[in-house]
Amino acid sequence: MAEMTMIQALNLALHQEMGNDESVLVLGEDVAQSGGVFRVTDGLKDAYGGQRVIDTPLAESAIAATSIGMAINGLKPVCEMQFSGFSYYAMHQLENHAARMRWRSRGRYHVPMVARMPYGAGVKALEHHSESKEAWFASIPGLKMVVPSGPRVARGLLVSAIRDPDPVVFFEPKASYRAFKEDVPDDEETVALGTSRVVREGEDVTIIAYGAMLRRALQAAESLAEDGIEAEVIDVMTISPLDDAPFTESVRRTGRAVIVHEAQRSFGPAGEIAFRILERSFWWLEAPIRRVTGYDVQVPFFAREQAYLPDADRIERAARSALSEE
Amino acid sequence: MHRPTVPGWPRITSRPAGRGHRMAAPAMGRMWPNRTTTSVGLVVVRTGDIGPQRARSDPGPRGHPGSGPVSGDAEDASAQSRTDETNDGGCMPRDEMTIDVALERLVVLDEQDEVDQELLPDLDDEFLRRLYRTMLLSRRFDERRLKLQRQGRIGTFAPAIGQEAAQLGAISAIDDDDWFVPSYRDTTAAIWRGTPLWGLLLYDAGHNEGAEPPEGQKDLPIAVPVGSQIPHATGLGFAARYRDTGEVVLTMFGDGATSEGDFHEAVNFASVHETPVVFFCQNNQYAISTPVELQTGSHTIVQKAVAYGVPGIQVDGNDVLGVHVAAREAVERARAGQGPTLIEAVTYRQSVHTTADDPSTYRDEEEEQEWMERDPIDRLARFLRDREILDDDRRQQLEDEVGEEVQAAWQEGEQRMQELTDPLEIFEHVYAERPAYLEEQREAFRRDHEAAQQNSTGKGDDG
Repeated sequence: MAEMTMIQALNLALHQEMGNDESVLVLGEDVAQSGGVFRVTDGLKDAYGGQRVIDTPLAESAIAATSIGMAINGLKPVCEMQFSGFSYYAMHQLENHAARMRWRSRGRYHVPMVARMPYGAGVKALEHHSESKEAWFASIPGLKMVVPSGPRVARGLLVSAIRDPDPVVFFEPKASYRAFKEDVPDDEETVALGTSRVVREGEDVTIIAYGAMLRRALQAAESLAEDGIEAEVIDVMTISPLDDAPFTESVRRTGRAVIVHEAQRSFGPAGEIAFRILERSFWWLEAPIRRVTGYDVQVPFFAREQAYLPDADRIERAARSALSEE
Repeated sequence: MHRPTVPGWPRITSRPAGRGHRMAAPAMGRMWPNRTTTSVGLVVVRTGDIGPQRARSDPGPRGHPGSGPVSGDAEDASAQSRTDETNDGGCMPRDEMTIDVALERLVVLDEQDEVDQELLPDLDDEFLRRLYRTMLLSRRFDERRLKLQRQGRIGTFAPAIGQEAAQLGAISAIDDDDWFVPSYRDTTAAIWRGTPLWGLLLYDAGHNEGAEPPEGQKDLPIAVPVGSQIPHATGLGFAARYRDTGEVVLTMFGDGATSEGDFHEAVNFASVHETPVVFFCQNNQYAISTPVELQTGSHTIVQKAVAYGVPGIQVDGNDVLGVHVAAREAVERARAGQGPTLIEAVTYRQSVHTTADDPSTYRDEEEEQEWMERDPIDRLARFLRDREILDDDRRQQLEDEVGEEVQAAWQEGEQRMQELTDPLEIFEHVYAERPAYLEEQREAFRRDHEAAQQNSTGKGDDG
């Protein structure tokens, strides 16, 4: 057990999986010699060589598409999109081919690849470096869409993603990359894809969040607790396939739900999460479902990015508002 | 409107290849000499010394630092410019850098039925007859499919008519254990690989089952978005090299696909990593209605190879023997670890783009007629007759055989289609394991479907 940042935890997952399995390769822009712009792939080239840790040409579509070819031909590529805002070049390959190859070939071929990408606002980056477009990927059948919230689950989820037989888009909240540390076990640990989990128990209101927003949701929960309000906080972890059991069950106990994400509000994941609650727990609801999200504007340049992002205050107010309904 | 049949090379002079082989004097109307190497003296004028050739910190995937098509002349140029440094940096020198590249053009059996004996590949009679039979079968199959489409029995498809030699010359150069990454027009190649005609018909009739490659056949299903399959070949090749499987990957695409970013990304990536891939472009002159002149400012497709630092060869795509020679060399190079090749097969889409297309709106009959006269199947037939490999009787016999085969394929396809009625099939093969929500949707669909069937049979009225 060692305390580590999410960067270190992701690096540990890659090291261990490359050590375990020769078919695991890492490829992307600047991932080998420099160890990636965020150093997630640091040291991998030294440990496993340039044949397995590959600095590719600057070409996101080719990075995704060659990964598809590699995966069909027996490898498990873990490719990196340097920022999710540049992954749209690769969207065509991920939607048209990675997600469809198993289906199109009727199971003859499958694409066990992972496309890692830093996403989200909060690190004072340039335009196109702060978006949160998980809904795009989550709406594609055949793809899995994973967003870890902290170092320990990030490690466990990445190991599971690498071992998964289907293509996984793995969003890494860059605001959480170095923001805090957690104990991460040295021994192998996995977190199953397609599961969400309760991270804080409570009986008054259910707050559903993921990625960098989970910490803010937990801060809001602590603040509510000072007034004797116990929020149950759920970490979604996998956006698709979405595991709705923990939060729909929780809402049956609390009767109130607040959904938090930094993606824009309209057509964002909160819509799907809320509808699952309506389908499964409608008769237990005591108040309208609330959502605290990014606004339906472009993510502002970084001087104003915190104005765009949900914060603990907004989450807390939404929870109190849900509780004030009778 | 009359367009040159083959993109010209107006700015490039050619000379015979230095193989002791001399081409015959070009006959009237001949498209090109049999095999020529074109030396492209690219002159790059630059100002100033752009710095020393940067040494790579490690040998890199190509294994030789500073590799690439830039010849030693670049160093000379550098050296020369350094002599100008006495100018105290105030005057930027301007000098020339020569990039030494060679591109080839090749034809073995030309449209005048002349054969280049030296280049003629050593193929036994049985193999040659099989080439002919496959081309004929592909042609008759396409003709039948055009009728089936008009009758509404199958949907939209893209005929290979006119391109049979291009596809076959290339596909016959790879082994069964190699990979084939096709576009949507590569029917002749698919037939050669062993895809049953009824399987192709299932696809045409809108059944997913038709996309599944036959067991043991290392073909990807056809890719519909133009050019998007090309980088898959690069990845397959990368894995083949990494795993040391000895496999070569052949991918096919058209002239239009070379305008897509994926073509560029795929060939560039393959060149850098020397993956064993043959990039095979069928320049059939049109992308739907857009002629190749509006597709690219390059005089040829093959010259793009220069920019990527890979060998390139242009072949007469209606000469199955020439294409085979070019493809076999490319395959051998790939198998020997020498990386990818770009082949441009110059051919013509004699028929429609797809059954939704009307070529009369963008090209004239005269042009079509010219290309009909270069028909690849007729050309091989004359060659086989002249060599007494296939006489007229045997040829007629083959016609009858393939006619029956096409007919039998439709019957088989129709029968299978009648068995493929289970709509629950739409929920298969989305993920390795079906997620809970999808299982729920499938169950809901099943209930709705059963209820609807009961209603339609009147059983639902009893309650």
